[in-house]
Amino acid sequence: MSIWEYANPKKFMQTSSWALPWVTGLAVVALFGGLIWGFFFTPDDYKQGSTVKIIYIHVPSAMMAINIWVMMLVTSLIWLVRRHHVSALAAKAAAPVGMVMTLIALFTGAIWGQPMWGTWWEWDPRLTSFLILFLFYLGYMALWEAIDNPDTAADLTGVLCLVGSVFALLSRYAVNFWNQGLHQGASLSLDEKENVADVFWYPLLLCIAGFILLFVTLVLIRTRTEIRARRLAALESRERMA
Amino acid sequence: MIALLIRDLRLAVRAGGGFGLGLAFFLIVTTLVPFGVGPEGGTLARIAPGILWVGALLACLLSLDRIFALDFEDGSLDLLATAPIPLEGVVTIKALAHWITTGLPLVLAAPVFGVLLHLPAAGYVWLVVSLALGTPALSVLGTFGAALTVGLKRGGLLLSLLVLPLYVPTLIFGAELVRRGASGMQTDTALLMLAGITAAAVALVPFASAAAIRVNLR
Amino acid sequence: MNVLSVLDLAVSRGGQPVLEGVNFTLQSGRALVLRGPNGIGKTTLLRTLAGLQPALQGSISAPPDSMAYAAHADGLKATLTVTENLRFWASIYGTGDVIPVLRAMNLDALAGRAAMSLSAGQKRRLGLARLLVTGRPFWVLDEPTVSLDAASVALFAAAVRKHLAAGGAALMATHIDLGIDEAEILDLGPFKARTPEAGGIVGGFDEAFT
Repeated sequence: MSIWEYANPKKFMQTSSWALPWVTGLAVVALFGGLIWGFFFTPDDYKQGSTVKIIYIHVPSAMMAINIWVMMLVTSLIWLVRRHHVSALAAKAAAPVGMVMTLIALFTGAIWGQPMWGTWWEWDPRLTSFLILFLFYLGYMALWEAIDNPDTAADLTGVLCLVGSVFALLSRYAVNFWNQGLHQGASLSLDEKENVADVFWYPLLLCIAGFILLFVTLVLIRTRTEIRARRLAALESRERMA
Repeated sequence: MIALLIRDLRLAVRAGGGFGLGLAFFLIVTTLVPFGVGPEGGTLARIAPGILWVGALLACLLSLDRIFALDFEDGSLDLLATAPIPLEGVVTIKALAHWITTGLPLVLAAPVFGVLLHLPAAGYVWLVVSLALGTPALSVLGTFGAALTVGLKRGGLLLSLLVLPLYVPTLIFGAELVRRGASGMQTDTALLMLAGITAAAVALVPFASAAAIRVNLR
Repeated sequence: MNVLSVLDLAVSRGGQPVLEGVNFTLQSGRALVLRGPNGIGKTTLLRTLAGLQPALQGSISAPPDSMAYAAHADGLKATLTVTENLRFWASIYGTGDVIPVLRAMNLDALAGRAAMSLSAGQKRRLGLARLLVTGRPFWVLDEPTVSLDAASVALFAAAVRKHLAAGGAALMATHIDLGIDEAEILDLGPFKARTPEAGGIVGGFDEAFT
């Protein structure tokens, strides 16, 4: 019994239809639990007041925005090497979710940044690299949409994801270099988060878990839809052959 | 290989404006910018490195969709793919031809455009150096984008969307090199990073481009 | 000597199997003409043999660097002259002089003309002249006689026969009778891919989808 068994579409459909209700339920519980806990049962920050509570959406969505791209990179590699259709379809399914996560991170960042820094947007390295990541998501999705043959699309988007990952990483460092010394380091470093008090930290962890589960739920649903669409296309092409 | 380069250059010349078009576009960009931001010399001098680099990047983008599209339509791409030269070599030569027709004229003409934008005297050397080091990467990455979109009917816009994010590191280090050079700051890091990105892109990206062409031809 | 042997080959177009169980061999000095209605997969089969797309199943064996492929489109550059077009391909394939080839295809009067000023039939002749300059023994031709008049077809047939007589081989998809005695005919109709229900092979497109 190998892990690649789950790459068989039929097996995947079976397993995911069993797992989907559980993941969905857990996602709802963790997300609502974490957000309600964070919004209503944590004290206000002595400096930032209640604006700090946007952290419970901002940090998880920002984490997911990056992790989803990494997940797409891994699934694209699996497709390019092992030719499992489910893997390519999962990458396709994840992209819009990742793009929305990036958008959420950017918007919540702007809403948080306004009272904190007095500006909606700052060309801070971290913000800028998220904007670039957003562009990469857009290009990736546009390429999927533009190509008719699904296998060709899977191959080309896979190659794009590979090259894009390298350049996204390069951009991250380039942007750091570019804005060196212009900005007073008011960036939202994850390391600083480790210092936040436990009273903020635990609901944040729950929110992160909730976002991960939400992502898994959405990707499972979307991958199932993609597989069904492919089945439909296969049936139609068979009808034409007969 | 050299025959392919000669053919592509000859085609660019015969098609009319192969060399001049990118330059003319570059000129228009540098002419329009002062209209947009005002004629004040100090402002222009400050934004000149950025404008010149963004202009070079856009001029480069203009001719990208023609790199493979014509060969794809008339069937020569099929024939080149079955010819006894590696496809990786074909895409590298295509990128080189694109650089000679687009990047090289920009490198040579850039100082003139620098004058128009009041670039500080110390910046001219760095402008030429940065463009000479950076534009090959633009051509190679553009060839990759063109390879991805070669079979598509309306690939042009998509091509820009795919390629421009890939240009970000080159743009940042290139413009930064000119800015630092013009203001007499240290240039080592930007110079080395720019050269490194170009070297890596020229060495590795053609493999991805050739893979994309193979996928698109099948 | 076999220049090509095809064993149990299945090919697909757009992820969908079109031909399966194709078996044939081709010997030097012989030509094989593929026949079949439009859409049967002649072009797909030829592209697969030329290595432009992967086979779904089966094996193709041919000596390395023996094949020259010519598609529907001639791959000519409109702004280059006839000689420049040919010289380019000659140097890509590392072969020599293009003058005898121009003469053989009755193109020497047009040598200095830009390819865009040629008629459709003249372009086609130039496309076939390209095959001659490759110096490859095994030609894979997709509809080589489209838009040729009777005299040009005869010229083309003569070129093919000369090639065969010199130990070459040719595989072509064409509808008309070239009058080449060495040619065998292979009807692709019986190799049409069946649906998986009828026992046909499952294409990459719907791998394990049921």
